Amino acid sequence: MSSLLRNILAISSLAALAACSSGVKLDDQANANKGQTTTDARAVAPVDASADELNNPNGPLAKRSVYFGFDQYSVDAQYTPMLQAHANFLNKYSQRHVLVQGNTDPRGTSEYNLALGQKRAESVVKALSALGANTSQMEAVSLGKEKATGTDEAGWAQDRRADLAY
Amino acid sequence: MRISSQYAWRALVATWLTAACTIAHAQTPLTVEINGVGTNRYPIAVSNFKGAAPTDIVSVVKADLSNSGRFNQIDTGGATVGVDDSVDLGTWRAKGANAFVSGTIVPAGNGNFQVSFRLYDAVNGQPLGGLALTSSSANLRLTAHKIADYIYQKLLGDRGVFATRLSYVLHSGSNYQLQISDSDGQDARVALNSREPIISPAWSPDGTKVAYVSFEKRKPVVYIHDLPTGRRAVLANEKGNNSAPSWAPDGSKLAVALSRDGNTQIYQVNANGGGLKRLSRSGAIDTEPQYSPDGKWIYFTSDRGGGPQIYKMPAGGEGEGAAQRVTFKGSYNVSPRISPDGKLLAFIARQGGGFKLCVQDMSTGDVTALTDTSHDESPSFAANGKYILYATQSGGRKVLAAVSVDGQTRQILQVRGGEVREPSWGPFMQ
Repeated sequence: MSSLLRNILAISSLAALAACSSGVKLDDQANANKGQTTTDARAVAPVDASADELNNPNGPLAKRSVYFGFDQYSVDAQYTPMLQAHANFLNKYSQRHVLVQGNTDPRGTSEYNLALGQKRAESVVKALSALGANTSQMEAVSLGKEKATGTDEAGWAQDRRADLAY
Repeated sequence: MRISSQYAWRALVATWLTAACTIAHAQTPLTVEINGVGTNRYPIAVSNFKGAAPTDIVSVVKADLSNSGRFNQIDTGGATVGVDDSVDLGTWRAKGANAFVSGTIVPAGNGNFQVSFRLYDAVNGQPLGGLALTSSSANLRLTAHKIADYIYQKLLGDRGVFATRLSYVLHSGSNYQLQISDSDGQDARVALNSREPIISPAWSPDGTKVAYVSFEKRKPVVYIHDLPTGRRAVLANEKGNNSAPSWAPDGSKLAVALSRDGNTQIYQVNANGGGLKRLSRSGAIDTEPQYSPDGKWIYFTSDRGGGPQIYKMPAGGEGEGAAQRVTFKGSYNVSPRISPDGKLLAFIARQGGGFKLCVQDMSTGDVTALTDTSHDESPSFAANGKYILYATQSGGRKVLAAVSVDGQTRQILQVRGGEVREPSWGPFMQ
């Protein structure tokens, strides 16, 4: 009996010791790690740029153009998910601003096209506003036909658009 | 409606050697192509002047007179006749000249030159006076233009515009330049260099400043640019678009088109940038304001009736009187410009698939198309009301053109390697 009790006590002590030394070991490692981050001049601390949702080429904010039909100034429903993503982004980051630049195809005169491009930009700003974006974070402007490059129907369809520029 | 292609056009390309380029000079001079001439051209003989100057003054005078489409040069056979030489007018009359010009150039110290000339009526054998003009060598072209202006006015009764200037935008690659040139497109200077578009330059009534729209801040902003100093001031940078500046005749204020209240509307702003006041009140597009020469009205483009048409309202705004529609023919009439005498409205009309420069007689409402091109825009009257400068396309290139208000004389001004747009013809200057 007494030898059995001694064995039990001995095992318990070893277990306690093992537990104890294990805890000391873990602490040593933690301290060693802290020492490395503050003293190693060759360390490289990573920053995740994709944290800015705007810069994710595969994210919903990568799409920034709304296209319009000939003589059309209202935003097609197909752009609602894309504009909702931008509205959500503007709500999340109240310090960010977006310039909505309207464009026309090259036919017609400079100043009247400038005003028509403005109508497209205003339509996009209104759509963003309806989706919850704050108007103080948005400005509708126009580039008119000044940036138009189209020379045929297909090219003109590309020209008739509004771009979101952050 | 008269179509100008019914006339037989003669083509003649004239290129001038330009003075040595300084840094401020544009590198690519405009070339001038004359298409068609007036039916009643005044025959004139301009002799070589005695003496010499760094600029070929007689060539500039002759080119000015010929380009106007109202003069026919009688060959002088290289005769040189000084301002004080006796002139046998009978000989020149026999050669077909109704008028004769002689002149002398002498150095006037400090690099200046005195250019004196005399104009004669060869039909009646009478002297018609002359001038003695002293200028620096840099201003000899201006002196030549002033001589041509004197001749033009004495013989035709209308004030000449050869000494006025043009502004326009040259676009090549990703570069935009606002340039200021002589009335013949020569001696161009760069007023503004930008990577972004510049549109709608408008001369101040005294000819020293140009207001324009620049996109250099990613949006249209209106600036006033003082040409002699190069100093620029923002005239309008409200939220949204700022565009279409137009000077009141007294130069104290401008009308502009702003979208600060949502849709594009016309506002008045002091030339120093203060005192913003809304003038038009519609839920549509109101843009391209233009003061009438008497300052009482503002003509503008509006699509308040559906398509774009030209209207006028009191210069104080629609609050002082209802806007009245001015154009009725066609579904697209834009870019109103009023002649200096207030009798003609020039504008751009969409006809078929093209855009054409037209004039409307203010008293009868008759509309005349002046060109046979189909991409016309940005008209502006010469200060004497006899010609309209505009932008168009020729041979697939964007060029400037000038047409006489009777449609009989046309010129094309183009730049090699660049596209020219947004012209504006400057006022008479002191």
